[in-house]
Amino acid sequence: MSKSIDKDAEKQAAKKARDGRNIAIGLGLAVFVVLVFVVTLVRLGGNVQPHP
Amino acid sequence: MKTAAMTSETASTSGTDASQAARWQDYFQLMKPRVMSLVVFTGLTGLLAARAPIHPVLGAVAVLCIAIGAGASGALNMWYDADIDQQMRRTRGRPVPAGKVKGEEAASLGVVLSLLSVMFLGFAINWLAAGLLAFTIVFYAVVYTMWLKRWTAQNIVIGGLAGALPPAIGWAAATGHAPLNAWLMVAIIFFWTPPHFWALSLYVTTDYAKAGVPMLPVVKGARETRKQILLYSLIFTPICLVPAFTGLGGPFYLAVAALGGAVFLTLAWRVFASKAGDAADPRVADRALYEVTEDERAAGAKAARNLFAFSILYLFALFAALLGEAVAGVQALEFLK
Repeated sequence: MSKSIDKDAEKQAAKKARDGRNIAIGLGLAVFVVLVFVVTLVRLGGNVQPHP
Repeated sequence: MKTAAMTSETASTSGTDASQAARWQDYFQLMKPRVMSLVVFTGLTGLLAARAPIHPVLGAVAVLCIAIGAGASGALNMWYDADIDQQMRRTRGRPVPAGKVKGEEAASLGVVLSLLSVMFLGFAINWLAAGLLAFTIVFYAVVYTMWLKRWTAQNIVIGGLAGALPPAIGWAAATGHAPLNAWLMVAIIFFWTPPHFWALSLYVTTDYAKAGVPMLPVVKGARETRKQILLYSLIFTPICLVPAFTGLGGPFYLAVAALGGAVFLTLAWRVFASKAGDAADPRVADRALYEVTEDERAAGAKAARNLFAFSILYLFALFAALLGEAVAGVQALEFLK
């Protein structure tokens, strides 16, 4: 009986940890995409000649 | 001899699949966040001390890449050194030896983040900074971790170069080149490293000996270590003054470097004159007429601890002075240049 409760708790902890990891990876990817976009804008902005 | 198999064995000791219960914080710990924060600080100082116009976004991206590169080399170090870490009190709680994260995962994280940080720094900023970052990662993860650390008592002297390079990377990111002043900052951290780590190793000698790491007190004894600490301090403290003569540091920096340097030398002399580390040194224990009393042991440990703690404060103060002067636009003293 207590063994199955332990296993359930273990499963819950594993699921919570997995969810946390997934959110961290998702946020990391989102930040990376935004950074690439912003860096592109900044680099492009510096290289575009102003119109006369 | 270290093998990759030992690492994976270590990682899988605590359960059927360690990685299932690993939290994202465990992976973050692999990146040695405390070391990362020091690297960010020195890298940012290099970036701003260059006093070159750089877009704030690009400056922030450069510092982020330096931080991730440092984190990547930390993860590679934790993968390779899991067997050593498991034997030392200070490091046995790290994610790999504690069985929270598999060794292979730490290695993968290190490789992926290394590539990502170097490539992004190269494409977003410049390839000199990216090249220096790549060199730093390889030097720390391969030359220091896999080779020097287990092989020679000079491990932290030579390996210290990896920890010293971030200011040069920051400077290169801001300007596209790395002149003498950038390398002066590197030299300051490089010569700071031996007295800092040897002071620590004088009061954790038994841990290093148990783990088979050939730190100087383990290989050459406590007396030789105390002598080397003093010698490196005699080289380190004058180097800290040089930036005031090359246009890098201003009057505030000079005051911090001179006063702090005097305290540093005093503490190094106290360690030299003490019996720090002798109680744990088997060479000393063998000498019948030489006895280390409990008071002498405690005084020696205190002297070593004081130097270790002050070395951190002094390095922080030096770089904070450079950073503060750069931000405030304080110029170097004309008559010293």
